Amino acid sequence: MSSAVVDFDDALAAFDPVLGLEVHVELNTASKMFCGCSTAFGAEPNTHTCPVCLGLPGSLPVVNAKAIESAIRIGLALNCKIADWCRFARKNYFYPDMTKDFQISQYDEPIAFDGWVDIDVDGETFRIEIERAHMEEDAGKLLHLGGTTGRIGDAEYSLLDYNRAGTPLIEIVTKTISGTGSKAPQVAKAYVSFLRDLMVSLDVSDARMEQASLRCDANVSIMPKGTTTLGLRTETKNVNSLRSVERALHHEICRQAAVLSSGGLVQQETRHWHEDGGYTTSGRLKSDAEDYRYFPEPDLVPVAPSREWVEELRATLPELPNLRKLRLQGDWGFTDLELQDVVNAGALDVIEATVAAGASPQAARKWWLTELARRANEAGVELAELAITPAQVAEVQGLVDAGTVNDKLARQVIEGVLAGEGTPAEVVARRNLAVVSDSGELAAAVDRAIAANPDVVIRIRDGHLQAAGALIGAVMKEMRGQADAAAVRELVLAKLA
Amino acid sequence: MALTPADVARLGELARVRLTEEELVHLAPQLDVILASVARVAEVAGADVPPTSHALPLTNVFREDVVTESLAADAVLAGAPSVEDGRFRVPRILGEEV
Ligand SMILES: [Zn+2]
Repeated sequence: MSSAVVDFDDALAAFDPVLGLEVHVELNTASKMFCGCSTAFGAEPNTHTCPVCLGLPGSLPVVNAKAIESAIRIGLALNCKIADWCRFARKNYFYPDMTKDFQISQYDEPIAFDGWVDIDVDGETFRIEIERAHMEEDAGKLLHLGGTTGRIGDAEYSLLDYNRAGTPLIEIVTKTISGTGSKAPQVAKAYVSFLRDLMVSLDVSDARMEQASLRCDANVSIMPKGTTTLGLRTETKNVNSLRSVERALHHEICRQAAVLSSGGLVQQETRHWHEDGGYTTSGRLKSDAEDYRYFPEPDLVPVAPSREWVEELRATLPELPNLRKLRLQGDWGFTDLELQDVVNAGALDVIEATVAAGASPQAARKWWLTELARRANEAGVELAELAITPAQVAEVQGLVDAGTVNDKLARQVIEGVLAGEGTPAEVVARRNLAVVSDSGELAAAVDRAIAANPDVVIRIRDGHLQAAGALIGAVMKEMRGQADAAAVRELVLAKLA
Repeated sequence: MALTPADVARLGELARVRLTEEELVHLAPQLDVILASVARVAEVAGADVPPTSHALPLTNVFREDVVTESLAADAVLAGAPSVEDGRFRVPRILGEEV
């Protein structure tokens, strides 16, 4: 059941939201965190398990070096300090998603800590402080069955697949984020979006929210304006898309404001986000850390990354996505809106490559966001998967710039390239698409148009220059579009002058 | 730092062990003895002795990220109390998702 809410503006007029975000990132290592089982997604259930990830007696976990490397690189990219020495810890709990009755995690010695990132929302920069990024293992996957609604509260039994159990995870935890006001939901969304882009550019995770390889738990509390006492917070789980991050926080702020405004108390609890209805419902009361009875994992020796190793890894960091966007926007002279469209279309890479191949940024943007976006959309593929390279797009624009084809013909050239008819130049030759540059042929067509439209000619001679459009249209039609409209216009006006 | 029956009740809850009122009263002083004995060890260690979690003076024991063979699914499921659809079947458990 969804609860009472107050209007967002009213909630913000009375309260300041305070956020805390926990993002789990599944690393893209080939094998699991502590054993050699494959992490491949979508295998038959329970075919990627072994004594270690099933927690069978006598098995011994051994740390995946690549996972440590990825953890350090993520930490560095988030401006964190990297621990000289840290340990894994057992987090004890009873739930069938782990056969061991504990999860190997890190407790008070995370591998990375004290970082920060700057997040832009509508031109305003918010600094998000990172408390820690620690390593842990993922749990198995439960299917709740037997009920009528498919929800856990209704289920009669659960089925377990342990393929995912033991997959390396990095949990990134922010410090409390305050001062974002009404932008709190947007800041959270922008932060998660930043992390997603970052993971992809570091090549440490697929970071696909829909496949749960990047998951966000959103903590929020609200405090009455003018006070500094933190309210009790809720932690909303099951937030599986960027849009949901924003919506869930928006809802939770309005719900908590309704509770407090009516004299109630916010429960410190876990809440579940319901994507369809756009509301949260109460889950369990939140456990205290002591309830998990953390203690150092005796089966794993400490991790002590040498400073040389850390610096080696630092040298492998790519240009961070937000800095790259800023650089490209500066280079290209795009407005915020133009850049946003490019980013949303996933066209940053292809446009960069097209510009590198010689096209102007605006021309590259035009082709990729209109004609090519339409065709990618029709084919249900990404821009980069289209059968035309950025260099070929630059070549098409080159043909336009040289006057060999006009925009309309250029679209036919693109069609030909996509159809596998060869390079743009080959398509032009094969389809005979070049604009007619024979001035004699063009002049003859203009004469025929003038002769066939005496009334239009009279209007032009009376000073109605816009009437020339009818003659230009007639000529373009006769040339089957293969003429330069500007040249035709010039010819028409010259002949009637 | 005497343990109260209420502390023991909480421990019982966390360990999923159901305890009667009598057992709580009976166990509290017994557990207290164990805690006191462990605390005495802490007194022996001076400030110069760091807490020890591992007996071996080793760090950075890693393996390469290489996939090795997993167990066959039927072997894995052989120990399951109940199986459905290649998965372990367990009673529903509410309110304890982590
Ligand atoms: Zn395994």
